[in-house]
Amino acid sequence: MLLGSTKKNRQGTKTMKIAVISGKGGTGKTYFSTSLAMSLEDVDFFDLDVEEPNGYIFIKPVISDEIQYNLLVPEIDEDRCTFCKKCADACAYNALSILPQLKKALFFPELCHSCGVCSFVCPVDKALIEVEKGIGIIRKGKFSKGNFIEGKLNIGEPSGVPLISGIMKDHLDPERTAIIDSPPGTSCPVVESIKKADYVIIVTEPTPFGLSDMKLVVEIVKDLGKKTGVVINKDRGDSKITEEFLRKSEIPIIFRIPYSLEIQRSYSKGIPLISTVPGIEQKLKRLYEDISNG
Amino acid sequence: MDKPREIVVLSGKGGTGKTTIASSLAVLFRDKVIADADVDAANMYILMDPYNIKGGDFEGKPVARIDSKSCINCGICMDLCRFDAIDVINGQHKIDQLSCDGCTLCSLACPEKAIQMEPVMVGKWFSSDTEYGKFVYARLDPGAENSGNLVTMVKHQAKLLAESEEVKYILIDGPPGIGCPVISTLSGADYTIIVTEPSISGISDLKRIIKLSDHFRVKSGIVINKHDVNPENTRKIEIFANENNIDILGKVPHSFCIIDEISKRTIPGGQCRELKEPLTEIYEKIINYFELKNETEK
Repeated sequence: MLLGSTKKNRQGTKTMKIAVISGKGGTGKTYFSTSLAMSLEDVDFFDLDVEEPNGYIFIKPVISDEIQYNLLVPEIDEDRCTFCKKCADACAYNALSILPQLKKALFFPELCHSCGVCSFVCPVDKALIEVEKGIGIIRKGKFSKGNFIEGKLNIGEPSGVPLISGIMKDHLDPERTAIIDSPPGTSCPVVESIKKADYVIIVTEPTPFGLSDMKLVVEIVKDLGKKTGVVINKDRGDSKITEEFLRKSEIPIIFRIPYSLEIQRSYSKGIPLISTVPGIEQKLKRLYEDISNG
Repeated sequence: MDKPREIVVLSGKGGTGKTTIASSLAVLFRDKVIADADVDAANMYILMDPYNIKGGDFEGKPVARIDSKSCINCGICMDLCRFDAIDVINGQHKIDQLSCDGCTLCSLACPEKAIQMEPVMVGKWFSSDTEYGKFVYARLDPGAENSGNLVTMVKHQAKLLAESEEVKYILIDGPPGIGCPVISTLSGADYTIIVTEPSISGISDLKRIIKLSDHFRVKSGIVINKHDVNPENTRKIEIFANENNIDILGKVPHSFCIIDEISKRTIPGGQCRELKEPLTEIYEKIINYFELKNETEK
């Protein structure tokens, strides 16, 4: 395939990478993104909310693989170590402590960022080697419309960023459409999950909280130069402040989901949006076409 | 004066009502300092209406910068970087500051010493007065890293205030998830109020946050928000809590009043009838827990 040519899948439609983000948690990222994926054909669904992956609840995939995701961490051979402290001095995260009098090398794995600086500066052959340590699990499987890929961070691990970037590097197929369910918030993990996206969908709720957090993610999306559109969830017909902000920022509202107790009940049981609201599958298909036609 | 007790409100899953519960409890607790540790997506200030706002910049970990005049574009840094933070733009190696983790490996490895580590401002923290007491909060710049450290900063400022004001409690609204900012919020806490909702997602995340809280040996209690949306799942949460010896602090029904009050930027606790009773129950259970604890510790 020629570089730069428009990527198309088997059906001949364009393949897009669409990331779904929110800023504020609980606005309906997962609820929306799972139904978007389920309404398309030949699609890869990525659950990158690795701290709390919940996409499986709605997608109901058949899991075929569980792969441990490893990072490299140092292991020090105290018989070879000269306790020169170069590794501990170089570590920007205070993950190593060297006690020359006691001839002890202490390693705090929860502080380690697996950058490799310790093994780079160690002057002694084989005194400090890097070994693999699991920080989470990648679960892969299939659902009726394509592939399911999920990252799940081990409890107690501080950062999901390496797991997210690892999944994007190893499992994102440039030839296929991908729907990416991102983590909440406005920091690093979100940036990592949308770096490779062609389009970013922001799911918001029309409250002051939703608006305040949406403003922050809009900044990120703009900084990264991504095309974006907003889904207003829990819309009670009084979303004026949100609409006004979006109009001023020239960001289109691409979809609305009404506020409804029936939807909330259905959501709470793990029933996807497309099985709850009649006709919404067609609308989501059209939304995807509109996005991919620019 | 005893050390102030830290009460943190967490949820795992986002949007279950942490800020609703935390702000409403801030009205009930008299003797406390309030803090918002959700520095990624801080919202509590919207309801607390702070004034006398003071604060400062928050400096993040230094990140790398390549001096293009000394750089010979050998590419050693790019090969070594494990964060994919170095790109070649128009033939020149450049650091993507959003991806740089600040590990210093590139600057140590550069044969031309062309890479320097430079601090960046990544956020701001504030301390303020409110109708309900002193309030500390912060704002991380969008896309920045290190929110765990900013959380630690917020908690530290709240602790200093609590000590100088001689108050008994620090009431902290926490971030969602189970990662670094949550770990920073939990470390040193005395009680975790976990706000959940009776959805499958809510229950799944509840179990993960309980594990984390147990890991840090912090006593936890559960608030079930919107309990009437799915009574069957509410029952499941109650059984789970019972089996694991965790208190159910209170159950809050679905309420349009809460949504309307938040839309008006007012704290829902004082206004919404359906919130009053469960809130009083939550408040009393926590106060009783600490009074009992104080007795036994003496």
